Formats: sequence, C-alpha cells, structure tokens
Amino acid sequence: MSDLLDSVLDVARSPLALLAVTLGGYQLGRWLQARSGGHALVQPVLVTIVVVGLAITLLDVDYPDYRRATELIAFWLGPATVALAVPLHRQAAHLKGFVVPMLVAIVAGATTSIVSAVLLSRALGAGDDLERTLATKAATTPVAIAVTDALGGIAPLAAVCAISIGIVGAIAGPFVLDLLRIHDRRARGLAVGAVSHGVGASRMLREDETEGAFAGLAMGLSALAISVLVPLLAVFLF
Amino acid sequence: MIAGLTWLVAFQLLGELVARVADLPVPGPVVGMLLLFCFLRLRRYDDAGSIVRAGSALLRHLQLFFVPAGVGVVVYLGLIGREALPIGVAMLGSWLLGLAVVGWTAVALERLLGKPRDDLGGTA
Repeated sequence: MSDLLDSVLDVARSPLALLAVTLGGYQLGRWLQARSGGHALVQPVLVTIVVVGLAITLLDVDYPDYRRATELIAFWLGPATVALAVPLHRQAAHLKGFVVPMLVAIVAGATTSIVSAVLLSRALGAGDDLERTLATKAATTPVAIAVTDALGGIAPLAAVCAISIGIVGAIAGPFVLDLLRIHDRRARGLAVGAVSHGVGASRMLREDETEGAFAGLAMGLSALAISVLVPLLAVFLF
Repeated sequence: MIAGLTWLVAFQLLGELVARVADLPVPGPVVGMLLLFCFLRLRRYDDAGSIVRAGSALLRHLQLFFVPAGVGVVVYLGLIGREALPIGVAMLGSWLLGLAVVGWTAVALERLLGKPRDDLGGTA
C-alpha cells in the first residue's frame, strides 16, 4: 500500500505533473476571471501562483526544482517581452502632437516612481535588497523581473509587487485621476499605463479606447525608461 | 505562427547580442523590443503579418509566462510578513506620486504647447 503511495507521489512530483498543475491553475484562473465578469481583483496569474504555491508546499517540492520543471513556460517570457513592440507599433498613429508631452511625462514619472519607492522603503527601515526590489515595480512584470535581477534585488518578489501594483491601478486608477482633476483622455491613459502597466491598461481599455491605447503605449515606454533609468539612478541611490 | 515566433526569437537574440557587446545595463529582451519596434515602423509592417499574429498570441497569455518566477514568492512569505509596512507604503506612495507626475506633466505640456485637449466626455 505504501509502495503505491510512493509511486503516486513520485509521479505527482515529476516535471510533467508540475507543468500540468501550472497550466491547470492558469485555466482555473481564466475561468474564474470570466465568471467574475473580468473583475480587476481576479487576475489569472495570482490564482495560478496560489494554486501552484499550495501544490508544491503540500507535495514538498523545493522551489528550484519547480523552477527547473517549468523552464519550458518561463522561456517564453523573453520572446513575449520582445512582442510588446507589436501593440506599440499599432498605436503609433495616435501620437500626433503628443510626442513631446508624452516622452517628458514618462521620463519624469519613471524617475519619480523609482526614487520615491526607494526612499520611502528606506525611511521605513527596509533592507537593501528590498529597496532594490521595489525600485522596479512600475515596470511591466517581465521587465521588472529582468531589471531587478540585474540590480541584485529579489526577482520573484519584484514579479509579485509589479502584479499587485497593476491591480491597484486597475481598481483605483480612474477614481484617483478624477480626484487629481486629470480629465484629458490621453494623459489619463498615459498615467495609469506608466504606473500600473498592462493590468492597468486593460482596465483603461474597458473605460475608453483612447485611454486604453495610451495606457498600452505608456506601459511599453515606461518599461524602456525604467530599464534605462534604474541602473543610472542606482549610482546615486545605493 | 512559427514564422512569427522565429522572428521574435531572432530579435531577442539580436537584443541580447547588442546589450552584451555594447555593455548596456538594459535587459536583452527590452533591447530586442526596441529593435523590433524600429523594424516594424520602418517596414510599415502589416497588421495581418506573421510577427503581429505571433506577438498578439503570446501577449494574450503573457501572465502565464511569469508564473514560474512569481511562484518564487512562497520562499519570501516570511520576509513579506516582516516588512509589510515598508513594502505597502513604498508601493502605494510611489504609485500615487508617479500617477500624479505623469498626468499633470502631460496635461501641463499639452497646454504649454497649445495642443488641443482631448477630454473625457468628448466636448473638447
């Protein structure tokens, strides 16, 4: 009997099973998102992380083993990051007469969010590696992971911070913009995309097409700005 | 689909190469994104082309691809619990500041340069 249990556990801890749990968790997340009518709190990635986190804890699988088993999935992060050029290209027509305000605003915003995240966390007594992790959270998740890794922060934590701040933007973005009296649609989209990347952009797209397009554009440009600015600002900050 | 994926992988490779050779602090895939963007603009690339189709297909499931990295957070649950205050305040504070700076800068420059506004509600 215990032989049978051992064989079942062996299979359950195999790379194939871990891949299946990941894909299954993602499908569950997508199903829940559809059921909730696309609510901002129900992000498939969060559902998947909870499902997989529980599964590997119960099965007693070490994280490095899980990471190796799912290399097949993680590999696509690189090509998908490159693919962010596609929406950027398709939205380029919206740009007439807004290029200068947009570029200045993006660079100013990226600088603000990097410096303020580092200084706020330092003031509240966070450690060095935590400061390095929080610096990148406004970038879209794949970029936040890559930049944090290069900076010596905690990449998995950067991923979760980036996803969380995206959700904050999707829930609170339009409301806070009203409070700040920002009514211009291009500026609204730009602001949410710059601080809450793709998750924020998907909310803006539901509100208004122009807002959504500019949020997508801001996500791509901010990713670039943050990956250039973080190593530069790091010279002064750390 | 495979043709488009091949292009994406090729641009990532090119990005890694440029980042390495020029010793840029920017991640290779981000350089690849910039190169691909220039390529698509210069070629006036068509919406039905293989790169657009493969790229859109990958981006639809972008969230799946960062699950393996995100799951690593289970290792850091203790740290998150201990440092909940600095993490929470730094995240929300810098989010709010960034949002305000981007929004206000864009609106102010638009006004300064005399560009037409594009307000919500459509009366602009």
